[in-house]
Amino acid sequence: MSELPVVSIRRLCKSFDGVEVLRDIDLEVKRGEVVSVLGSSGSGKSTLLRCINWLEEPDRGSIHIGGVRMGVDERNGRPLSARRLASIRARTGMVFQGFNLWPHLTVLQNVTEAPVHVRGLGKEEARRRAVELLEKVGMAHKRDSYPFSLSGGQKQRVAIARVLAMEPEVVLFDEPTSALDPERVGEVLAVMKQMSAEGHTMILVTHEMDFARAVSDQVVFLEKGRIIERAAPGKFFTDPDSERVRRFLELSD
Amino acid sequence: MNPWEIIWRARGAFLDGFLDTLAIFLLAALLAFALGCLLVYGLEGRTGPTRRALRGFIDVMRMLPFLVLVYLLYYGLPQLGVRLPAWSAGMIALVLYHGAYFAEILRGGRTMLPAGQIEAAQAHGFAPGKAFRRLVLPQLLIRTRPLLGNQLILALKDTAFLGIITVQELTAAANSVQSSHFVPMEAFLMVILLYWLISIGIELLIKWSARFGAKRGFEHV
Repeated sequence: MSELPVVSIRRLCKSFDGVEVLRDIDLEVKRGEVVSVLGSSGSGKSTLLRCINWLEEPDRGSIHIGGVRMGVDERNGRPLSARRLASIRARTGMVFQGFNLWPHLTVLQNVTEAPVHVRGLGKEEARRRAVELLEKVGMAHKRDSYPFSLSGGQKQRVAIARVLAMEPEVVLFDEPTSALDPERVGEVLAVMKQMSAEGHTMILVTHEMDFARAVSDQVVFLEKGRIIERAAPGKFFTDPDSERVRRFLELSD
Repeated sequence: MNPWEIIWRARGAFLDGFLDTLAIFLLAALLAFALGCLLVYGLEGRTGPTRRALRGFIDVMRMLPFLVLVYLLYYGLPQLGVRLPAWSAGMIALVLYHGAYFAEILRGGRTMLPAGQIEAAQAHGFAPGKAFRRLVLPQLLIRTRPLLGNQLILALKDTAFLGIITVQELTAAANSVQSSHFVPMEAFLMVILLYWLISIGIELLIKWSARFGAKRGFEHV
């Protein structure tokens, strides 16, 4: 029996003020798969990612997360109520370029907040699991610190623990290392690499070519809102079909 | 008799007035603050007529002299068949008026909140109400703390207007003492001292609460 894809995107379109940002995007991500989305700035990569958890509302097309339609009530085609949208969103996790930790909460509270107040997990249980996750990303020693006192790399590792605490079916990474000092990039990539090894399903928008090559199962290249190349990383980085991708790879070397 | 002796003998009246004012202020501040929070939440993510109505309410309250609102509720409403006791009319006026100001202060803080804060809440599956209560509102309170304190003091001072519509409170108590014994200077100096006491209490509370923000890197005190 073939398993349902974790993420299934069909004919997704999105415009901003009449400018087409995404055009007929089709993408399937299987359980445990890591998909990297590459492309130059303005190609629509971040918008694609933000449509998957409905931070942007697409104009047309559909997105399913684990078989559940995102954002739209399948029975009548209307937008979901805020409450139901929230519960489907909780099946996805997102790691932001700017971390977006909640500054009034400690590191530990950042990680327990959603499990307790969205999923209804008991405080003790949430705390125990949060400490485990913080240990995994190497941040347990900072559990009682507030985010302002952390470095960028530390913030991003906490943000990853915060996402994992919700046990999402897929984790969306929106340029997770772009706001970091170069010497802090490695610590975040190491955590992400560990995640992929543990079988997390991940969609990754990044400029870290070497990393994308090392961890991806599938690489997708966006150009002017269209997917113009999709391939396994071996082929994508050595022998892409499109001239555009060839040029992109040369320039980013 | 020495004027201060007269004041001392009337201490019961001053104490009653002081406690009345304190009670009116505390209840009004609490309710007005709650109204302010509700108004700001009502403005969240809305564009249509609801938003215009809420904005309209806030703007009308801000252009209105407080005393006029009190007159309107106490003298104007009976014309429409709604007769409120003086105390209720005064309380409603305080709550509506200062609720609108609290809303305006919090709204200012809301516009400064980075969009990523809301997106992180949404991405983690928070429904709007819970996201506002647990993640947005605490940050707004930390950011607007000094302005909220200032508004509390303004609310305290506005309670003095309620004496005009026969509400028992501190200024009315002083007025009755000074008019029956003709000691206006001493009576009103006494009143100033008592308002000042409450203001100091508010100031201390606001100062003390600065540590929440300071601990979290919001401000340096």
